[in-house]
Amino acid sequence: MASTEIMTVNMGPQHPSTHGVLRLVVELDGEVIQKITPHIGYLHRGVEKLSEHRTYHQVLPLTDRLDYLAPMSNNLGYVLAVEKLLGIEIPERAQTVRVILTELTRLKSHLVWIACHALDIGAMTVFIYAFREREKVMQLYEKISGARMTSSYFRVGGLSADVYDGFEKDVQEIIDTFPGHFDTYEGLLTKNTIWMQRTIGNGVISAEDAINYGITGPALRGSGVDWDLRRDNPYSGYEKYNFQVPVGKNCDTYDRYKVRLVEMREAVKIIKQALDSLKPGPVLADAPQVCYPPKEEVYNTIEGLIHHFKIASEGFPVPEGEVYQSVENPKGELGYYIVSDGGTKPYRMRIRPPSFVNLGAIEKMAKGAMIADLVAVIGTLDIVLGEIDR
Amino acid sequence: MGVDQQPLGDNIITTSLDGLVNWARKSSIWPMTFGLACCAIEMMATGASHHDLDRFGIIFRASPRQSDCIIIAGTVTKKMLPVIKTVYEQMPEPKWVVAMGACACSGGIFDTYSVVQGIDEALPVDVYIPGCPPRPEALLFGLMKLQDKIMKERNSFGSSIGLGERLEPAA
Repeated sequence: MASTEIMTVNMGPQHPSTHGVLRLVVELDGEVIQKITPHIGYLHRGVEKLSEHRTYHQVLPLTDRLDYLAPMSNNLGYVLAVEKLLGIEIPERAQTVRVILTELTRLKSHLVWIACHALDIGAMTVFIYAFREREKVMQLYEKISGARMTSSYFRVGGLSADVYDGFEKDVQEIIDTFPGHFDTYEGLLTKNTIWMQRTIGNGVISAEDAINYGITGPALRGSGVDWDLRRDNPYSGYEKYNFQVPVGKNCDTYDRYKVRLVEMREAVKIIKQALDSLKPGPVLADAPQVCYPPKEEVYNTIEGLIHHFKIASEGFPVPEGEVYQSVENPKGELGYYIVSDGGTKPYRMRIRPPSFVNLGAIEKMAKGAMIADLVAVIGTLDIVLGEIDR
Repeated sequence: MGVDQQPLGDNIITTSLDGLVNWARKSSIWPMTFGLACCAIEMMATGASHHDLDRFGIIFRASPRQSDCIIIAGTVTKKMLPVIKTVYEQMPEPKWVVAMGACACSGGIFDTYSVVQGIDEALPVDVYIPGCPPRPEALLFGLMKLQDKIMKERNSFGSSIGLGERLEPAA
């Protein structure tokens, strides 16, 4: 057999299947991948540095733009970290609404994942269907916060405002209709020969390797590791809800696909339980030094106006200390590490993005595979460059 | 189909050659699939089922060689700028640039050491679309404005057969 030369191929940053501006330098022996070197930083916006110059409330819109497919999950991680540092109690209603919205965000993020993953492998119909359903969640986002993607709806201490009238009805409509849509995707993909051939045995990573690489989220659970922060380290009242944590067996792309699909169904169950337990009540903590006063007070009393002005102009001081808070983002463990020097701005904020850590395992997963399978591996990792580069 | 099936006979229409070329160009703007950040997701949503760009003849192409238009959808960093310039230079004439979103227009909220404060520092932008990210309707409106702009171009036919330069309308 004739010996072949190793060829180096540059994939990205402009490539339709790299999910953003990822650049991979791939060394190939024929069509077989020998080495992958990811080059990142094409979307480095300096979010961590920027947050050192903003008050705690002003940092919130930056977190939306990290993982822009799951803005509310990012907001949640950040506000939980600051609340932990402040040591304030969040009202029941605010916690429940947060759970409903972050689980809707999980659906939204997974819908983009299934759309793009299937599109990359060649199943265009799923893309068209998933974006149709995603629009429903976007419309709910818009009704609740005024923005379709960058919502910034959560606040340190609770929510920016109570949900609108008819919110329950809209959510109910989503949880009633979505399981049927999931059936459609499964009908299109699960037993589809092309899909099975492209994903079964693709991107295998053993449970041990997955843990060693620090992989989290559905990518870890696909390898059979039963680990979900919502259950194992609950936050925002997740301990009250009953849900399954799906795990895979074969550690491949197909199992990760099945795990994510079950996760979407479980998310619907969580939303249903949360919706049933939603009771009227305040949505902001009783912490006047942190939370804005109600609008009627601001417009009608001088004390309210001064109170509002003080928080808006100066921000609120956060006790000296450091905190790490992680949440189960649709992509994995999203962590915020905040150091406070007692001022109104974070002294240092470090974000642990799940996509960044998961991307580290790409060579392990794709080595020895064909170059065409690399696209499936990128899709199954479900990376977002906004949070990789920050 | 509701259309009169009678033959129209030997009718003629009168138009300028530029008008014909402009009409053809504005009816088939093929942008690059080139997402940079959050705006790219709204660009995808615009192209997907709910808003459907295909009805404007806008079909995303994966290669700059086949594209007429580049939508700068997202934050442009200093590391990314040379890549965008290369891609833009690879596109054949005539070509148009749409700056989608606050970051592409002006750097947006990211006034930092790594972010280019607006793509117009490097490329000639035809349409600016504000928003963070702009709604799909805003992107559609921006693309329709681009179509209007294309319709006003002069010497489109002449320049395409090598006679003179294509003249863009005065702003």
